[in-house]
Amino acid sequence: MNLLRHSWYMTVRHLRALWRQPWWIAISLAQPVTYLVLYGQLFKRVVELPGFAATSYITFVTPGIVIMMSIFGGGWNGMGIIMELDNGVMDRFLVSPVSRFAILAGRLIQMSIILVVQTVLVLILGMLLGARFDGGIVGLLVLMVSSVLLAVPFGALSNAMGLTLRRTESVIGASNFILLPMIFLSPVFMAPALMPGWIRAVSRFNPVAWAVESARSAMSVQPDWSLIGMNLVLLVALTIFASWVATRAFRSYQRST
Amino acid sequence: MTITSSTTTTPAIEVLALVKTYPNNVRALDGLTFAVPAGTVFGLLGPNGAGKSTTVKVLNTLARPDSGIARVVGLDVVREPDRVRHSVGCVAQKSGVDVNATGRENLTLQGQFYGLHGMALKSRVGQLLERFGLAAAADREARGYSGGMKRKLDIAMGLIHTPRVLFLDEPTTGLDPEARADLWNEISRLSGSNGITVLLTTHYLEEADQLAHTLAIVDRGRVVAEGTPDSLKGELSGDAIQVDLAHAAEESRVRTALAGIPALREVSVEGAVVRARADKGGSVVPAMITSLEAAGARVASVRVTRPSLDDVYLRHTGRTFSQADQGGAR
Repeated sequence: MNLLRHSWYMTVRHLRALWRQPWWIAISLAQPVTYLVLYGQLFKRVVELPGFAATSYITFVTPGIVIMMSIFGGGWNGMGIIMELDNGVMDRFLVSPVSRFAILAGRLIQMSIILVVQTVLVLILGMLLGARFDGGIVGLLVLMVSSVLLAVPFGALSNAMGLTLRRTESVIGASNFILLPMIFLSPVFMAPALMPGWIRAVSRFNPVAWAVESARSAMSVQPDWSLIGMNLVLLVALTIFASWVATRAFRSYQRST
Repeated sequence: MTITSSTTTTPAIEVLALVKTYPNNVRALDGLTFAVPAGTVFGLLGPNGAGKSTTVKVLNTLARPDSGIARVVGLDVVREPDRVRHSVGCVAQKSGVDVNATGRENLTLQGQFYGLHGMALKSRVGQLLERFGLAAAADREARGYSGGMKRKLDIAMGLIHTPRVLFLDEPTTGLDPEARADLWNEISRLSGSNGITVLLTTHYLEEADQLAHTLAIVDRGRVVAEGTPDSLKGELSGDAIQVDLAHAAEESRVRTALAGIPALREVSVEGAVVRARADKGGSVVPAMITSLEAAGARVASVRVTRPSLDDVYLRHTGRTFSQADQGGAR
């Protein structure tokens, strides 16, 4: 009970801070819009490639953009914890009885709420640009669940990295090194059938691929529920693992303090 | 339990042979030992890098010691961190104020961590804002607060759950003299009321002298002297004499020159500064000046003072406080 209550207090704190920075809200909403318009235009004609198996690139790429936002949102979340370590707020939290899990949960819940708002915006814009979501409301829900289940573990790992490295430069470097390749080693922008064999093989182990495949399948005319179920289970397992790592990171922070 | 001592005699804080080494092999605590009686203000006095902040971090469960025992209100900080956290309030050296939130929001969240809610929390927050003179600024973002206001908000947050022990780690560092005097008043007021135990760390000698009932002088992770400010100063019999020479002089030459004055004790030479001690400082000065000038050391100025904590520090560590403060800064 305490855990939930503390997580709620922390979420409110983060949302309130966000609300006071209208510029940041504007940027975080403008970004996905730009991605969708630019990528949608740039790769418009790849659907004409034989074997792409989709007729509209905007329909194909809309869930991809949502998943890309999700991994970026998660991957950069650790920057905030470094700021809180630097300005002394984190140490105040750590000597109070607030649970470490709630400190993390507050950040990740706020991030997930932003993500859901961004997703709705992208979906509306996608429809205006001609995307069709045959999977209906269930498909859209699976998209949201997949994107949150990708953002949360990456957010937890990013926070763990922030707690261990404690320098923004290190987190920026590591995230840049990891996040973009993960997007390109997945079917975010390209149909799996047209990816080189080795990338297709690698993408089986790539959480970004798990998320985008489950979302795309659920949003199609004929969802493959066993694939969707399998991928969501993998993402849940990743979330549990990442939370464990992040809790360990708090302990290592305390050891080196 | 074979120990029969009653709870009233249990010290509020007990530290025994505490050792803490940082990953870069800096030994911050090297067998630190002290005890703080309940209801008192205890000062840990030492230069930068002496291990004061590390001591506080171990006692408030933020850092883990390598070895040794640390107990707060009878609770072991390593074994029962959760219970310790409920019993202590902390004001860290670096402000913990969330500048994106208002003063009231900061206090409210802090209270929620300790299980306060509803009307009880609301009235406690209002009471603390009033008490620390923050009521007018309560609903402004803390971003715009002055250093002194942030510090007061830090202390108010430390007190929200009426803790039995309050840690104040260098509370006045970086404040202007006016804000410092103001905060000293607040801290003195604290100790008088409701039997709270305060552990104060400082590298300001006047601050320790002014606020602490008992203090321990820490140097390189160990306690080198302990007692009330007066008893520590009392150990030093007589007045302190400081002679500033016009130019730095050779130590041996100064010592030889002053050897003929039997009333002088504890002569030390540091560059152009000669320090010594005598029961009646004023009456020894003429003889000192004559002897020094005769030895070719021109005297620029002379000062005779009653013993200060500065002298206590010098005596126990062999260094002056300002020297240690610069040398110890990391």
